[in-house]
Amino acid sequence: MAIRVNLITGRTIQQGVSMEAGKEKPAYTAACGIIELDPADFKKLGAFRNTTVRVTSQYGSVVVKAVEATQGPHPGVAYIPMGPWANRVINPNTYSTGMPTFKGTPVTVEVAKNEPVLDSLELVRKGCRGELA
Amino acid sequence: MTKTVTDVVCPFCGTLCDDLEVVVSDDGKKLFEVYNACAIGAEKFLHSQAADRLTRPRMRQDDGSWKEISYDEAIEYTARMLADAKKPLMYGWSSTNCEAQAVGSEIGEMVGAVMDNTATVCHGTSLIAVQDIGIPSCTLGEVKNRADRILFWGCNPAHAHPRHMSRYSIFPRGFFTGKGHTGRKMIVVDPRPTDTARIADVHLQIEQGRDYELLDAFRVAFKGEKLPDVVAGIPKEKIYEAADMLKSGRFAIIFFGMGVTQSLGKNHNIDAAIAVTRDLNEYTKAAIMPMRGHYNVTGSGQVWGWLFGFPYAVDLSRGFARYNPGETTSNDLLRRGEVDAVFVLGSDPGAHFPFSSVKEIYNLPSVAVEPHETPTTEVCKVHVPVAFVGVEVGGCAYRMDNVPIETRKVVEPPEGMLTDEEFLDRVLARVKEIKGV
Repeated sequence: MAIRVNLITGRTIQQGVSMEAGKEKPAYTAACGIIELDPADFKKLGAFRNTTVRVTSQYGSVVVKAVEATQGPHPGVAYIPMGPWANRVINPNTYSTGMPTFKGTPVTVEVAKNEPVLDSLELVRKGCRGELA
Repeated sequence: MTKTVTDVVCPFCGTLCDDLEVVVSDDGKKLFEVYNACAIGAEKFLHSQAADRLTRPRMRQDDGSWKEISYDEAIEYTARMLADAKKPLMYGWSSTNCEAQAVGSEIGEMVGAVMDNTATVCHGTSLIAVQDIGIPSCTLGEVKNRADRILFWGCNPAHAHPRHMSRYSIFPRGFFTGKGHTGRKMIVVDPRPTDTARIADVHLQIEQGRDYELLDAFRVAFKGEKLPDVVAGIPKEKIYEAADMLKSGRFAIIFFGMGVTQSLGKNHNIDAAIAVTRDLNEYTKAAIMPMRGHYNVTGSGQVWGWLFGFPYAVDLSRGFARYNPGETTSNDLLRRGEVDAVFVLGSDPGAHFPFSSVKEIYNLPSVAVEPHETPTTEVCKVHVPVAFVGVEVGGCAYRMDNVPIETRKVVEPPEGMLTDEEFLDRVLARVKEIKGV
């Protein structure tokens, strides 16, 4: 079962702390390789908390861990902390302003139990080499 | 024995807290503890002591592995790359001091680069709006001492500027704000009930991306005119209530963040927010301020402002400064394949640019000047580790309200490590040799 949600990104304090502690470390993946979903959307998705999911937009796709919204409720809105995971799927169009559209990208979320969440360096490296879906 | 360095300035966010205390060893070579900082700021200081920190430049080999090189080799590669390129992009300039920004600008001028800073993915659209209609702003000192109506629009300082509310905007007792937070009214506009929204008097849970409509509704409500029953998901009664709350204050301040600058509408959202501030001045004193992210992104805008006349996206490739967001901005240049080399200093586009732009950096000759190992260093050909500005070297930085503050050196960098400014000075000297000037 796949659900459609509106994706936004931004800073969380965990993202900031783990970023300063080293983006190659597992704590950064734990802080940013996630998608925060509302309990209502979890129900629609038919998945348990902490399941890995594939998030897909018309611009790209990424595997992250689905967790319950920490600053909710916000049904219909999903949140991936700013970072390379979010940036695989956000809308890169600037519409002549210079600013990519980091907030408000329609995405599909589906369960992807057996797919791993890559760390930031591996994600970027494999992506650049064209080794990712 | 240890000693404590007081009044240390935090080089993380635009709040630029200047009351940190840092415990260092007597010889100033080791940093042990950080007091008064937020979790992110403390981590930034402590990470400078990481045992696995890289201390020498390295170059990517054909098989994908890294090879350690000397600073001289890194300077030669960087100078050659920039001098040979037709239109290099020199991006970043936010996690460094104004002195390094000035040297970098001289290099940019000499090689005909496009100079862009992190405002391009942060408050660039705010800068466009300011050029459109101006900005009635103030300093954070005025906010602390005078403001009794605080509106956070599309920003979440509890996470992104953790000490902003306790130092300036909500909790401190100032000259005319002796009651602290009990004398202030706080409004938050955000599509999520964020940790900032939880402590607000009023939270307007706006439908994501409908900021322009709600801002316009505020202008209508100030005048007491009729509103539709619901605007941007907010019942009109709540809009009237929030508008009256703002009007009834003695000094209102609007802080705004990525929620408005990065959502559709972009600079037009900020136009509307500034217009709201102007209208509010019919009834009381009001000001507006962007919540700048990097601790010295404001400084790079200042430095380029006085050198070139523009705060970001400055194209020097024709021998004079041009500025046209949408054309001379990093992500547009990268996605259109309009640059032929990339130099990054004091930023991490590998993590914070859309992936299509990152891929383009990977395909170009590229240098990352960066103390940490990051997704940017992962896609660049040469990685030059440098001293942490604000920790291992001082220098000037501008706070989010455009107040310059001199940061302090608290601990020695690892032996033999260059600072941003020293590295750039040597690249500049080498570029001059290559160009024969």
